[in-house]
Amino acid sequence: MTFSLFFQSLINGLNQGAIYALIALGYTMVYGIIRMINFAHGDFIMIGAYTMFYTIPLMANAGMPVWLSVLAAIIVCSVVGVVVEVIAYKPVRQAGSMSALITALAMSLFLENLAMVLFGAKPQNVQKIFDLPTINFLGVALPLNVILTILIGVIMMAGLQIFIKKTKIGKAMRSVPQDRDASILVGINVNRVITITFAIGSALAAVAALMYCTKYPRVTNDMGSMMGLKAFIAAVLGGIGIIPGAMLGGILVGLIEIFVKLFAPGWYEAITYAILIVILLVKPSGILGKNVGEKV
Amino acid sequence: MLEISNLSVSYGAIHAIHNVSLKVNRGEIVSLIGANGAGKTTILRTISGLKKADEGEIRFEQTDLRKTEPSKIIRLKLAHVPEGRHIFPQMTVEENLEMGAFADQKDMSATMEDVYNRFSRLKERKRQLAGTLSGGEQQMLAVGRALMAKPKMILMDEPSMGLSPLLVKEIFSIIKEVNQNGITILLVEQNAKMALSISNRAYVMETGKISMEGNAGELLKDVRVKKAYLGQ
Ligand SMILES: Nc1ncnc2c1ncn2[C@@H]1O[C@H](COP(=O)(O)OP(=O)(O)O)[C@@H](O)[C@H]1O
Ligand SMILES: [Mg+2]
Repeated sequence: MTFSLFFQSLINGLNQGAIYALIALGYTMVYGIIRMINFAHGDFIMIGAYTMFYTIPLMANAGMPVWLSVLAAIIVCSVVGVVVEVIAYKPVRQAGSMSALITALAMSLFLENLAMVLFGAKPQNVQKIFDLPTINFLGVALPLNVILTILIGVIMMAGLQIFIKKTKIGKAMRSVPQDRDASILVGINVNRVITITFAIGSALAAVAALMYCTKYPRVTNDMGSMMGLKAFIAAVLGGIGIIPGAMLGGILVGLIEIFVKLFAPGWYEAITYAILIVILLVKPSGILGKNVGEKV
Repeated sequence: MLEISNLSVSYGAIHAIHNVSLKVNRGEIVSLIGANGAGKTTILRTISGLKKADEGEIRFEQTDLRKTEPSKIIRLKLAHVPEGRHIFPQMTVEENLEMGAFADQKDMSATMEDVYNRFSRLKERKRQLAGTLSGGEQQMLAVGRALMAKPKMILMDEPSMGLSPLLVKEIFSIIKEVNQNGITILLVEQNAKMALSISNRAYVMETGKISMEGNAGELLKDVRVKKAYLGQ
């Protein structure tokens, strides 16, 4: 493999990985706090992408900067995330994990079918929010779109880490998964923290939608299910419930996928999943996961 | 200061607490003793709103605690050191103490300095993850975290559980000292002798009911208490 091919694959892998990582964060944060796999989370990429699809022309026509539609996507995703949590998930929270799981699966199907009814089944083309040139750097082609996408992913992840370490809400988001009763005793309203967690996870999915559409500007009603599945696997790979684990898992899945694709294009899905299964067989709790019995 | 009247609590069909009434006056240490499973923890958890009551009244100063959102109770300056410590294992000692001040961050660093002065071992380990502390240190941290809320009253659930005799002595002297600084204490203990020795008054619980109550010194001398709880 030439250096230039290796380098290009590396940044493509990081690009793909950053997208998975942002989505994986949504799975892992929700799991950490309520021990539930939110199977509808992947569909928030679709909600974000459709929001951009419809608002980009609006912004352009109104003479406003098109990046404002990213803000619109973030707001729409957060609001829908909170509504889903309050209306569908909160009522079944006491009913056991199986009910919660089925509710989440049903919510995913509902969102995908609702999108089909509202927006049609035909794939739509999302206008690019930014379209930067490819430059030549020391003999290597550097697509600036990809670089900017990776940068956005890194900034979001760093921002989330700072938020979680430094702010009161962030600290509450860390303490509730560790000990719910103790969190209540120090004055944390757990239901509010859960709602905020859904809002933040969904907002990150909106940013992932932006990153995804920069690379593949196509939006369909079921685009979230495949992305969601891979991001979920990334979250498990890194250690579900562990925030840095989701970031690490996402980047790894992205890199593995791109490099396997390079050598075995037709086989890349199968081989990627096989590698992930092997890692999880060796370490079932995920790369950063603690051994069973210990809380995350 | 704290007044419980005719409290009943159940877990599904199991009635854990029947018609319990008790009272703690400002400045007192009151202990609640009784065998394992008598219902002591259930009473403290119900006061703090972690468990819902079936019937009865719980008043803290002017407030009806049964109608208070559980996370707001600490804002009334009523803290709870739960059974089993319940520190945040993946946070550092210092972060745990900061969490104690979650509801009231005013003068946090001064309060933390006080806590560190009282528990020098916590200060030495402030950057260490709380989950890696020894049992005794975790108990100190749980008490320190409660103090960070600048409480008027603390509910303490078996602070001596699992500690060496030396540490048990230390924790009881800390409780006494905390009380001398003006904090009212409701102390749940299986170590009846130690608890009674630092308390003003006490209640004895048996299978969900109060079976005896009175002055701590008198209960220490009571034949029935001696026989049942002091192993004499
Ligand atoms: N979560 C629970 N579910 C069902 N029963 C419980 C639960 N917690 C406590 N109990 C029962 O309630 C009674 C009182 O328990 P507890 O308050 O823990 O007693 P103590 O603190 O005095 O040891 C016991 O019979 C116990 O088995
Ligand atoms: Mg108990």
